[in-house]
Amino acid sequence: MLAVEGLVKRFGGFRAVNNVSFRVEQGEILGLIGPNGSGKSTIFNMLSGTLPPTAGSILFDGHQIAGLAPHRIINRGIGRTFQIPRPFRRLSIFENVVLAGFYGQGRHSRARAEEAAERSLGMVGLPTDRNAGVDGLGAAGLKKLELAKALATGPKLLLADESLGGLDEKEMDQAADMLRKIRDELGITIIWVEHIMGVLMRVVDRVMVLDHGEKIAEGLPADVAGDRRVIEVYLGTDADASLAAAAAAQARRRIEA
Amino acid sequence: MNRQVAGWIVALAVLVALPFVHRDPYHLHLLVLILIWSFAYTSWSIMGRFGLVSLGHGGFMGIGAYVTALLWNHLGVSPWIGIPLSMVTAGVLALIVAYPCFRFRITGHYFVLVTLALSGIVLQVITATRDYTGGSLGYTPHRAQSGKGLYALQFDDKTTWYLIALAVWLVGLLIWRWIDRSMSRHAMEAISEDEDAAAAAGVNVTVEKLKITLISALMTALAGALYCQYQMFISPDTVSGIAVSLQMVFAVIVGGVYVALGPTVGAVITILLAEILRIGFGTRAVGWDNLVYGLLLVLFIIFLPKGILGSVIDWIKAPPKMSRGHEQETIKAARR
Repeated sequence: MLAVEGLVKRFGGFRAVNNVSFRVEQGEILGLIGPNGSGKSTIFNMLSGTLPPTAGSILFDGHQIAGLAPHRIINRGIGRTFQIPRPFRRLSIFENVVLAGFYGQGRHSRARAEEAAERSLGMVGLPTDRNAGVDGLGAAGLKKLELAKALATGPKLLLADESLGGLDEKEMDQAADMLRKIRDELGITIIWVEHIMGVLMRVVDRVMVLDHGEKIAEGLPADVAGDRRVIEVYLGTDADASLAAAAAAQARRRIEA
Repeated sequence: MNRQVAGWIVALAVLVALPFVHRDPYHLHLLVLILIWSFAYTSWSIMGRFGLVSLGHGGFMGIGAYVTALLWNHLGVSPWIGIPLSMVTAGVLALIVAYPCFRFRITGHYFVLVTLALSGIVLQVITATRDYTGGSLGYTPHRAQSGKGLYALQFDDKTTWYLIALAVWLVGLLIWRWIDRSMSRHAMEAISEDEDAAAAAGVNVTVEKLKITLISALMTALAGALYCQYQMFISPDTVSGIAVSLQMVFAVIVGGVYVALGPTVGAVITILLAEILRIGFGTRAVGWDNLVYGLLLVLFIIFLPKGILGSVIDWIKAPPKMSRGHEQETIKAARR
């Protein structure tokens, strides 16, 4: 469904994304992880058209979409959420989602947009009351709204950017289940960018790990979690030493007690 | 029929009947001016309400007035054709200036500066081509032969002008309402908050902004042309330039930028203020109105950003003495 080949993004002399290639198959959930500044969001911004790539090709359903304007990419069927929710505060919750349904589906029909809004809000579990304002939503609600907006554009591929930051454990699990439900019930393919490895590993079919703009591992969650380079990236090169130090500290506490 | 529609019909009937009942030419003159400027201010507010603050509208107004008059005087083109041509000219200029701004994300203060330059340029061109335009001395469309008034869009009768201005003003309000109820308004609200997020919702940000700008510029040029045909005298200072642009910003903010009739309220206030100063102080007060505008503008932006009408409507919907918090306190007290 999506084939990315040799993707590069340079900001001046800095290579934020360096020669990354990957594929996404119809109906799968691909997890995209990596430490801060590893290039995850930059890849998302290129896939959704917010940033043009410096080099490389992005084929979606066999069509080249690298460098297209965001509204064209959305009309082709790629929806996205932002890492930090970006609601339109001057519009009601319902109007936010109708807007995405109106312009994102490429048909510019108000009836269809309202239909899509009802469906998407129902899916994520937000009220479809026409006048409810955005200001009444908390962190979890704003993330849901972000997701509803992306769903209303009628995507075939959903780019979900770090959708769990700022949520408690229960909310995190709910959000993870939500992505799974979106894939299972709507048949939408998902790329999920996330800091928090634990929840992600439970839900995704495949995972890809980035570090310093390069792909360092890709495969099934279980395999990737045991990969030496991945552990180094997440825990540092002295992983064994720090684990030992932690164990020693715990032992000492037990003695003192 | 609901009460609001009925109210509008009654108000409109009163406005149409007015010149046949009250024939004072000076009062009618003021009303025509108020209606024409209300239309110009409404045109500005169509952009301004979405944070697209243009100081270039003096330029569009000047183009409307001068292109219409020049075509009539030099080529004998009837204003019926000249006015649409002047509107097209303003529209093309608006697109030429706005497209690069929107494409390359020139927003906020930088957009204001670009449009400010547009006003200045139009004023300079009018002044510099004085062999054709009369320069800073002003310009008068040739009088039509008697019996050709309709062809030349020149009427001596104030009532006719009043009715024309009333119709155009009403069309302005309908355009405002049409945009207010369209998805374009939602798109523009979204754009004014966050362009990237609007684009991620599928909005073609550049095209939406261009549409609004184009409508606003076309309407403003029409206002300029009407002003010229009515006054039969235009000068660069009264229909173009930065002063006229600033006057639009002032009037709309004072009246209320987020409500349909806000610009109209602004026009009533600015024109009455100018007249009071003119009659009360005569030539000693030349330029005072600009000073008063400046002071009031600062005060309004700080203390009444929704303008007079906007604040009044808010007040009617939720009187400050019984704000929501207060109401709940009262309810709690009653329960005890």
